[in-house]
Amino acid sequence: MTRTSRREFLRKAVAGTAVTLFPLPAIAQNSAGRVVVVGGGFAGATCARGLKKLDPRISVTLVEPNRTFTACPFSNSVIAGLRDFDAQKFSYDKVASDGVEMAFAAASTIDARGRGVALDNGARLAYDRLVLAPGIDIRWDGLPGYNEAAAERMPHAWKAGDQTLLLRRQLEAMDDGGVVVMSSPANPFRCPPGPYERASLIAHYLKTRKPKSKLIVLDAKDAFSKQRLFQNAWKELYLGLLEWVSLSSGGKVTEVEPASNTLVTDFNRYQAAVANVIPPQKAGRIAELAGVADQTGWCPVDPVTFESKRQTNIHVIGDAAIMGAMPKSAFAANAQAKTCAAVIAALLRGQAPAEQKLINTCYSLVAPGYGISVAGVYRPKDGQLADVENAGGVSPLDAPAATRALEANFADGWFKTITGEVFG
Amino acid sequence: MTARTLVSVPKEARRGEVIAIKALISHDMETGFRYDNTGKPIPRDIITQFVCLYNGIEVFRAELHPAISANPFIAFYTVATESGKIEFKWNGDNGFSAAESVTIAIA
Repeated sequence: MTRTSRREFLRKAVAGTAVTLFPLPAIAQNSAGRVVVVGGGFAGATCARGLKKLDPRISVTLVEPNRTFTACPFSNSVIAGLRDFDAQKFSYDKVASDGVEMAFAAASTIDARGRGVALDNGARLAYDRLVLAPGIDIRWDGLPGYNEAAAERMPHAWKAGDQTLLLRRQLEAMDDGGVVVMSSPANPFRCPPGPYERASLIAHYLKTRKPKSKLIVLDAKDAFSKQRLFQNAWKELYLGLLEWVSLSSGGKVTEVEPASNTLVTDFNRYQAAVANVIPPQKAGRIAELAGVADQTGWCPVDPVTFESKRQTNIHVIGDAAIMGAMPKSAFAANAQAKTCAAVIAALLRGQAPAEQKLINTCYSLVAPGYGISVAGVYRPKDGQLADVENAGGVSPLDAPAATRALEANFADGWFKTITGEVFG
Repeated sequence: MTARTLVSVPKEARRGEVIAIKALISHDMETGFRYDNTGKPIPRDIITQFVCLYNGIEVFRAELHPAISANPFIAFYTVATESGKIEFKWNGDNGFSAAESVTIAIA
């Protein structure tokens, strides 16, 4: 067959006219455009695969330094000794077999004007559209006394990996009677119900393995996700074992002293046998380098296209982005990524992207066989993603044990479904 | 109405040392600018005044207004002069009052 490909046609067209007529769009190199996705988590991997599914002709490169993905959802169960760490790990093999080019390297600089990403292995990737899905970084200057070295003594375990196992080992090594102290940051941060699920499961571990021990949760907030459900469950399961100290009760941690494993508030000092400091966070490092993060450390985006409000042709999705009412969760990242893929596929075809509604669901375990959930629906409104009223909701407050057990099963199904879709 | 109060004062200080004092009280600080579900205005209910006395002498005073957040947290400095009592008093709408006191030893 001697059909002239579009690419060839364009090249001929370019050759036949003044070269300067075309500002060398990447379309000349690939018929459907080039997309680079930075970050291979729930947002990035979903978006990369989604683009390939929508239009296999789009060239998609996923930039990710790790060859194995370690999932954060359910990692609290690993910490509490209820789950094998390997169950958190996923390979990118299936992502690659969908035609996504994997670049196992870290993005080192982004040239927004020249539309290129430089990698730490020396490669440079050109793009028509760039998707940044870098997740979170710890704000190392956000809590006096807390730095990388301190995190080895007082793990955050807020990015799944070695930190998860470190916290588990510390809990295992602790004597019965030891006091565990956790701290939870002010909003916004990754996984709003996460600290409270973790507190619940650590309390479960203490109750079953170290019943003389106690858990104190120091909080920089007075209110949190699924609060009444958690607090009811704590009363029911962990009375006298788990103490939550709210902001208005002086719970905000202002400083940590790693040498003595001490958390300091404005009104008290808490020396811990095991300390889990969940520190303030910001968008992953590359967001700042790309110039898409604002003074809050997070990335403002258009609520329809997720294109950065600070740089054109760069979209930001997942935990790094400011998504209005939508929480920083794996499901939200997955939902945003699908929308973003559809938007980019449309833009590359020269079409206007359609406005979409997004859904989030999130399950938390307060004990094995005791699950609670929250669901929400969001739509663009006044330049932000806003809650759709009377859609979604939380688990009933007065549900029987059978409902909680069912929701714990749903949580399992949730994890299998989402990781199956993104990595399977 | 009882309110939960928290204060922080060093137990000991040197004479002449500048010390940090912190005080927090749980209070809704209802502004008076909001409406309930039926459209009726919610009456203002705020703390209007905070005073700190050091052995009976006023060392700090603050007037609070509707723009102050719930659970007001006030931090300030004073000079440690002598051993004794540091008192905190909050007053507000609807006869609200709360008090707390701690001792300080000067070396």
